[in-house]
Amino acid sequence: MTRVTIIAEAVVAERIIEDLLRLGASGYTRTEAEGRGSRGVRASEWEGKNQKIETVVRPAVAEAVFDHLVQDYFEHFAVIAYAHPVEVVRGEKYG
Amino acid sequence: MDWLISHAAMSTAELLRLNLFSPVILCFFLGVAATLVRSDLKFPDALYQGLSIYLLLAIGLKGGAALSASAEAGLWLVLAAGLVLGAAIPLWCYPVLRWLGRFKPEDAAAVAAHYGSVSVVTFLAAIAFLRAMNEPFEGYLPALVAVMEVPGIAVALLLVPRPAGSGRVWGETLHTVLAGKSVFLLLGGLFVGMLAGERGMEKVDAFFVAPFAGVLCLFLLEMGMVASRRFGDLRRAGLFLIVFALLMPLLNGAVGIGLGWLCDLSRGGAFVLGVLAASASYIAAPATVRLALPAASPAIYLTASLGITFPFNLTVGIPLYFALSGWLYGV
Repeated sequence: MTRVTIIAEAVVAERIIEDLLRLGASGYTRTEAEGRGSRGVRASEWEGKNQKIETVVRPAVAEAVFDHLVQDYFEHFAVIAYAHPVEVVRGEKYG
Repeated sequence: MDWLISHAAMSTAELLRLNLFSPVILCFFLGVAATLVRSDLKFPDALYQGLSIYLLLAIGLKGGAALSASAEAGLWLVLAAGLVLGAAIPLWCYPVLRWLGRFKPEDAAAVAAHYGSVSVVTFLAAIAFLRAMNEPFEGYLPALVAVMEVPGIAVALLLVPRPAGSGRVWGETLHTVLAGKSVFLLLGGLFVGMLAGERGMEKVDAFFVAPFAGVLCLFLLEMGMVASRRFGDLRRAGLFLIVFALLMPLLNGAVGIGLGWLCDLSRGGAFVLGVLAASASYIAAPATVRLALPAASPAIYLTASLGITFPFNLTVGIPLYFALSGWLYGV
């Protein structure tokens, strides 16, 4: 199984979650995050804090998620993503 | 609310001075100062949300109660006029930015969207100003905010060619704005106030009416901090954008006041329509534009609307528009 972690500016978080579920993720965990990256510190309260979205999926789904992020998000939005191989209990839960 | 004394023919300079030295505006400057001295003053998010909910609901309730007392005949005409004006503003903002300012199409459309939409906080300050001046106004004005928030954004987005697969943006835009708390609470408050009537509202007046200006002070303290954080981007914004963000509100404000006069609004009502036309959104529009026009630079549209136009309208614009409406109405 692969754990995909996406850290995104708040405005696109809802969209990314919809996309994850559409691409085959069966669930996700979302937490607020703060930090700094190549686009600078995100501090504007009106747009909300950065969101860290984690999901455990099959490797093929992880690939699809990455392709999708490259195509639709990386150019204009503050989004990073990375993946780790992980061991899980009850693997059948993750589709 | 007696820090301003109603006076039939106050000079523009007097109005300016009275506005600048009202607690509401002074608190805004205090917020600016807090950022400049890098104070650790910070509003918790929950307080900011709480204050904005209070202000939106309070203004809706008060308007609804006034509506229940007297059915206002011109209501639909005024709402239609506001809607058309909001939709039309981007049509002259866009060419000015695109061809005079030489902005990219996306940036020009993004800024146009902000000026076509309205700033609820500027509206609240205008209402507080009218109350302080003892100037009467129509009860349904909060509904005007609701109808003017969306059309400008929609029209501005139509001005640029859209990338493929952008249909999703429209659904998100509509949902953001219509179900967003500002429109929901303003309209919801109007209905509640209307159904409860003036006598019903008397029971909650002590909470929703008397403390209004005080709560607005707190809110503007926070807004002073938020707006002044954009000041750092001013140098990068360029002279054209700064001039645009100062002059366009004056033009739009004058058009709004004139339109209000044509629609037979009271002087206070025409003033509010002017303020709404002059104001630039910095909540609904940025959220929508960020998704709909990702190539547009937030540093440009936020600096213009939040860093320049909002403080300008709050401090200088409001008394100016009031003076202009007085001149038009022959007061």
